[in-house]
Amino acid sequence: MKIGVFVCHCGLNIGGVVDIPGVMEEISRHDNPGFVTDYRYMCSDPGQMRIKDAIRDMSLDSVVVAACSPAMHETTFRRTVEAAGLNPFRCEIANIREQCSWPHRDEPEKATEKALEIIRASVEKVRKNQALSPLSVPVTGEALVIGAGIAGMQAALDIADAGCEVTLVERLPYIGGHMAQLSETFPTLDCSQCILTPKSSEVGSHPKIDLFTNSEIHAVSGYVGNFDVTIRRKATYVNWDVCNGCGLCMEKCPQKIESGFELGLATTKAISIAFPQAVPNRPVINPEACRHFTQGKCGVCEKVCPVGAINFEQEDTFIDRKVGAVVVATGYDLHPKTEVGEYGYGVFSDVIDGLEFERLNSASGPTQGEIRRPSDGKTPKEVVFIQCVGSRDQENGYPYCSKICCMYTAKHARLYKHKVPDGQPYVFYMDIRAGGKGYEEFVQRATEEEGVLYLRGRVSRVFEEDGKITVFGVDTLSNKKVEIRADMVVLATAIVPSRGQTELCRLLKISTDEWGFLSEAHPKLRPVESLTRGIYIAGCAQAPKDIPDSVTQAGSAAAKVLALFSSDTLSHSPEIAVVDEELCTGCGLCVEACAYDARTLDIRRRLAVVNEVLCEGCGACQVACPSGATCQRNMELSQVMSMIDAVI
Amino acid sequence: MVYSYFPGCTLRAKAKGFDSSALASCKVLGVYLEELEEWQCCGATFPLQIDNSFPLVSPARTLAAAKKAGRKLTTLCSACYNVLKRTNHVLREDLDKRNKVCTFIEEDYFGDLEILHLLEILRDEIGFASLAEKIVKPFSGFPVAAYYGCLLLRPPEEVGFDDPEAPRILEDLLFALGCSPVDHPYKTECCGSYVVLQPGEPTASPSRLIVESAKSRGARAIVTSCPLCQFNLDYVQSGDVERGENAVPVVYFTQLLAMALGFGEEVLQFDGHLVPPGPVFRSAGVGGCEGAT
Repeated sequence: MKIGVFVCHCGLNIGGVVDIPGVMEEISRHDNPGFVTDYRYMCSDPGQMRIKDAIRDMSLDSVVVAACSPAMHETTFRRTVEAAGLNPFRCEIANIREQCSWPHRDEPEKATEKALEIIRASVEKVRKNQALSPLSVPVTGEALVIGAGIAGMQAALDIADAGCEVTLVERLPYIGGHMAQLSETFPTLDCSQCILTPKSSEVGSHPKIDLFTNSEIHAVSGYVGNFDVTIRRKATYVNWDVCNGCGLCMEKCPQKIESGFELGLATTKAISIAFPQAVPNRPVINPEACRHFTQGKCGVCEKVCPVGAINFEQEDTFIDRKVGAVVVATGYDLHPKTEVGEYGYGVFSDVIDGLEFERLNSASGPTQGEIRRPSDGKTPKEVVFIQCVGSRDQENGYPYCSKICCMYTAKHARLYKHKVPDGQPYVFYMDIRAGGKGYEEFVQRATEEEGVLYLRGRVSRVFEEDGKITVFGVDTLSNKKVEIRADMVVLATAIVPSRGQTELCRLLKISTDEWGFLSEAHPKLRPVESLTRGIYIAGCAQAPKDIPDSVTQAGSAAAKVLALFSSDTLSHSPEIAVVDEELCTGCGLCVEACAYDARTLDIRRRLAVVNEVLCEGCGACQVACPSGATCQRNMELSQVMSMIDAVI
Repeated sequence: MVYSYFPGCTLRAKAKGFDSSALASCKVLGVYLEELEEWQCCGATFPLQIDNSFPLVSPARTLAAAKKAGRKLTTLCSACYNVLKRTNHVLREDLDKRNKVCTFIEEDYFGDLEILHLLEILRDEIGFASLAEKIVKPFSGFPVAAYYGCLLLRPPEEVGFDDPEAPRILEDLLFALGCSPVDHPYKTECCGSYVVLQPGEPTASPSRLIVESAKSRGARAIVTSCPLCQFNLDYVQSGDVERGENAVPVVYFTQLLAMALGFGEEVLQFDGHLVPPGPVFRSAGVGGCEGAT
């Protein structure tokens, strides 16, 4: 067997540490390969050409590329050998960068020794590699989008406009997410409702979009191209097919409750539509407040409804869908101000967060857009905005930057100044992050033309005294302690993943970072894919981001979904577990070991079986199998033994 | 219950009433404070320079001696508590510093002593509810503001036994004694520490803000666990007393406790206070302060 060994310098990444000529000499002398060569950048076109030429000219049977991690370029080099007529599974990567030259930069001699061992082991492995061909999986060309904020709506529209069916699931009774709560948007100050409403109606009436509001994902199984999803549609106690949205029920309902949409700044009724432009424009009964449910009497809505749409007996329903791809766009919540002790644990009613300020500033909000403070309805003459509340705070909050606060605080301060020209806004900031088209100019206007006083420093304490909100802070540019007796304080609290995202991730079997944001397959090159094939991510569920970025990412996720749907089948790696039925005793240890639900027991035959599509080839079952019945294609026991022999 | 007791220098000098009221009250509550045979100054401030281990020597000697005594250690002064607790933390977590300091003082000590503030013993070992049952002269709703200062609860990961931003242990104690706790925003702000000793107008000091804030919310006394805070809040009002203006006495929590348990002036030792507490309590007719001046 003729094996070609191709050693990559990766510029100085490998070549600057490992003695590559020495390694090549050792390999050619002792390991009986067919051919050994090196190149500065093996992944470049000329580098790949070298491999192709060698396969043809030297009639190589197998190839080892000693370079970076297989996560980086295994696909690249397997395509290369395939182009030269070799089976791609006869190509192995020896990782001498991430597992050798990078961590052992300070010990070049030992690194060289280790590189040699890694390459030798790979040569021995590839010697016994089988020629394999990829598995083929059918694809259902319908998508599920979870979350109908701006990101989810955009992804749904982009997929639906391309002609594919979309099931869009939203937890709340209406679509639009947090964007529906915003007053104006930066950097153009156009009204959020004005740009959102046309999109909401389009989603609501699109023939290819099946919209489920007031619904949650109940169960998920299956795999890329073939997910089985159960949606739980929560009871609304209103028959939406009959209801004509006249609103008489809301008018007559005797039970007032705090409005969730208005963040407690206004009241609504126990039967309500969240806001006048809501899509779908249908009411929902809150059973925790409704007198029919809490006291067993009332039923006013039932009596006044002209079309008989009220149904107190309605129950949750479960709907099954088969989809080929899933887009997760579950959005964000704000870090609760009730957890910030130094700013009063949310006790003072005139200390509000950014979203509450949006509602105060909204023409359809509780004050019809007039800036009036919650405690007594007076117009605040001095307002302090505090940025980075919880964000960039390693001790008491989150280390990450919430990204949008610098911009929305500048927007808030400017809008406040427009509405209260004799008022004084103050902004406490750490530094201003206004990277984005037109963003810096937007902030400049706030600081230079509109009289917003920016103070670089942190606020140590906020408390209420004599009807004022006293703010202790520091201005680090003048090195002075600052004390402001303000009328209202607005906290730019950190963005955190939306409530329930962790449970959803568990259902979908996708991973999150330590703060609960969805993990992308690659932070730079695969930012809209999760690590689970067929599941894509968009919007703030992945990380804090503004509307333009959310829309961009949603479009990108939709493009990935459409690419998946472009063919009726897709291929899956054949390097997966197989079971030797002669040896398997049906003990089931492999079933427990599998993290991907790919192993099941065939009780009748007393055999463990592999779901080939779900299997990711991690090898956990092979380790767990006590009888040696499970092995992984191209990583069989004999190969492992030869690799060990090569090293010791 | 027996604890080793570290009084600290101030409790044997300017804050004698803190010491005597604590010892007397604890005895009634069944807690015996056994003074360490050998103790020295706690060091007064915990060194913040990471390359300066010398200030750890004095507290480390005390800790090593307390470890040999074999009991949990308690102390009263916020500053002593802070320094001892933080030094203990360093000796437990920082191997290099432990080796350096323990070699110097020729002791084997591993930072494994348990140190409790007396407030923790009252709350967790005795319990405020059972403490309330032992009260003989309750304060009948007398309004008192709790003042924590900066050292008692910070840094929370090393010393904190209560929420550093919104603590309630002193308020809970006040409530058990029958007082009405008065909430005020400056209760965890710094009193100004040694800055008060600088020449200048004391009215501008942070202590003044603390006192005024508590007063404006109806407090008729302020309670603390720190001798320096007590001095500052008291001293800042000395002019008011001379001018015959309204001033609020600043007392240690143990003094209120002792009053509620029925002790008189020989235990309370109010004589060093610049704002005399006696008349205020007497005129309110609370706490059984007969004989207090």
